[in-house]
Amino acid sequence: MSAVSTLLARETALAWGRGGGPMVAVGFYAGVATLLPLAVGSEPERLAAIAPGAAWVALALAALLSLDRLFERDYEDGALDLLTLSPVPLEIVCAVKCLAQWLATGLPLAMAAPVAAIALGASPQLSGLVVACALLGGLAFSFMGGIGAALSLGARRGGLLTAVIVLPLFVPPVIFGGGALASLDAGLPWRAGFALLGAYAAAAMALGPIAMAAACRNALS
Amino acid sequence: MIPQVSIQSLALSRGGRQLFSRLILNLIPGEAIALVGRNGAGKTSLLRAIAGLIAPDEGTIAFGDIDPAEAREHIHLLGHLDGLKSSRTARDELSFWTGFAGGAAGAVEAAAARLDLAPLLDLEVRRLSAGQRRRLALARLLAAPRPLWLLDEPLSPLDAEWRARFGEIMGEHLATGGMILAAVHDPLPLATRTVEIGR
Repeated sequence: MSAVSTLLARETALAWGRGGGPMVAVGFYAGVATLLPLAVGSEPERLAAIAPGAAWVALALAALLSLDRLFERDYEDGALDLLTLSPVPLEIVCAVKCLAQWLATGLPLAMAAPVAAIALGASPQLSGLVVACALLGGLAFSFMGGIGAALSLGARRGGLLTAVIVLPLFVPPVIFGGGALASLDAGLPWRAGFALLGAYAAAAMALGPIAMAAACRNALS
Repeated sequence: MIPQVSIQSLALSRGGRQLFSRLILNLIPGEAIALVGRNGAGKTSLLRAIAGLIAPDEGTIAFGDIDPAEAREHIHLLGHLDGLKSSRTARDELSFWTGFAGGAAGAVEAAAARLDLAPLLDLEVRRLSAGQRRRLALARLLAAPRPLWLLDEPLSPLDAEWRARFGEIMGEHLATGGMILAAVHDPLPLATRTVEIGR
């Protein structure tokens, strides 16, 4: 549908520019990944053991950083009102916004993830799974995070509220993805964790937009 | 197309305070109604209720035989929040809202020309004056034709010349069977029925 593709193009352009877009998210990710060895000590063995998991947690934090303005600006400038006056259901509008957010920050972060993991001492043969987990996990972070962003609409210091709402929702993908990476690293079966991560991402994409649209309607009324 | 708007014994409240009750209003094609009332009387809330953004306490808002959820795609809402992103160019914003509202791609240039926006289209929205910005918001109404216009203080940032020209544009909309409901403090520049709310 042309209205949906028009919306996706605009939202991606806005997400690309919003708060610096992909470069700031990747920069923040690089910052967290650099801070970590300074905090836990730089012995290669110790770092290598936690590297995949640490890269993964840093990813969740970087995704969180770019979420808080997802709906806020459209709410403040009246665009959200106009987005409801359309044949496109608000649920689809919310899904498109999350997808655009993922295109603008999730994809670049997924490309940066193996670099960070290798820099921390992870084995290079993990890189494929690191990228795959970051891609799927990024979808889950965007669609679950959108619920927090929509629920905190209209609240003062909504960004902080978004983080408090969203972090518990980030727990399952962090566990599943981190588990898959640790299993592969230890030579154990990793597919179960990866499949659960995919299932969580699919559930987030299916259920998240319904919750986001309800929260937006509530904020507008 | 929406055949008409009929509002029956409507009551609205905001923040626990009732704005008005037992409001009855009928709007038929070719008709423009000026909503007047003191500040805070509920003019904006009434427009938002018709647009389906606020649920009424009591009463009904019907659009002939059209389902209210479906009627939304036949409504233009223009408020003091215009939904325009200040970091994007006027052309990007007008094209987006036209495309999203179901207007034809070629309609953008024609609407921009009608509102004398052609030389401004490549500027970022933040560079526009309040009146130019309002004209950009109004251009959406022309680029994507929809029968029902809900206008909240449409004239306020416009100068005398543009108030008169917008009056002509509204007249053409009515002549093609359109409907206008406008919350105003100054009189509209065309003959209208006036409804006072919140007495």
